[in-house]
Amino acid sequence: MPAERFPVEESHVMMFARALGDQNPAYRDSDSPEVQSMGAMVAPLTFAMAASQFDPDNPLIPQAGEAWFGSGKGPGFKREGGASTGMLHAEQKFHYHRPVRVGDVLSGTQRDGEEWTKESRSGNTLTFREFCIDYHDENSDPVVTVTMVGVFTGEPPKSEDG
Amino acid sequence: MSVSVREISVGESRDMVLFEDLSRTQIVMYAGASGDYNPLHTDERYSTEVAGFPGVFAHGMLSMGATGRLITDWFGVDRVIDFSARFVNQVWPGDRLSATCTVEAIREQDGEWLADLALITVNGDEKPVVVGAATVRLDS
Repeated sequence: MPAERFPVEESHVMMFARALGDQNPAYRDSDSPEVQSMGAMVAPLTFAMAASQFDPDNPLIPQAGEAWFGSGKGPGFKREGGASTGMLHAEQKFHYHRPVRVGDVLSGTQRDGEEWTKESRSGNTLTFREFCIDYHDENSDPVVTVTMVGVFTGEPPKSEDG
Repeated sequence: MSVSVREISVGESRDMVLFEDLSRTQIVMYAGASGDYNPLHTDERYSTEVAGFPGVFAHGMLSMGATGRLITDWFGVDRVIDFSARFVNQVWPGDRLSATCTVEAIREQDGEWLADLALITVNGDEKPVVVGAATVRLDS
């Protein structure tokens, strides 16, 4: 499920930019010429990925009271729906209508994209599938479309997807 | 910030070292900021003993996001129309990542000047990890 309400906050943008090693003042300094020229502090190009913080069903965030598949006392366990899907993250695409700005409250709508097949070097059929999320602002104007391309190998993966 | 169509030419390129020595902490920072806490990326014991990898490895989106710096430092955040990337090899702690952005084409579309960019990020062995493309708006 995409985030229905994704508030774009200044400290979140700062942390995301820092995680990318990106010191562009456009992401953190409201007095900078970059921010002045754009009229607002903005977010890095891939910031829409952080919408997963606001996805209530995100299986990759530990939830209180629920077993987590990473290590604790033991080494952890294989996640249901992880390895078994056999899907690998092959490609990621972003199409921008405008930059994501601090202060935006975005909402995401998911839709299926294209699907195609290709033969691998070893002769297996690879199925590529696009998963698209359109993010709109509070005026319902489009901001960014995020497309994840997954590849299904038709074989059990050697190791868990990631 | 903007770049005019007169200021760039096809074949021109820029490069940047994204990470000299990618740390596990950097990967933890990306997990925390993005909301992708998959222990494959931050939990050595899980990654080796359960998932069967030699160790933790970076999120593909960390490498893609860092590669985006090259586009936004050159052309400006508000000039980017499209940005895509394929993940062709895994990125491991200790990797040195450097990215190159090359102007592939300059074209006019619907009265606007656009530049198509090719992106490649390689590790310390010059092995590609991210291969991407972007389209940006230019000033006329």
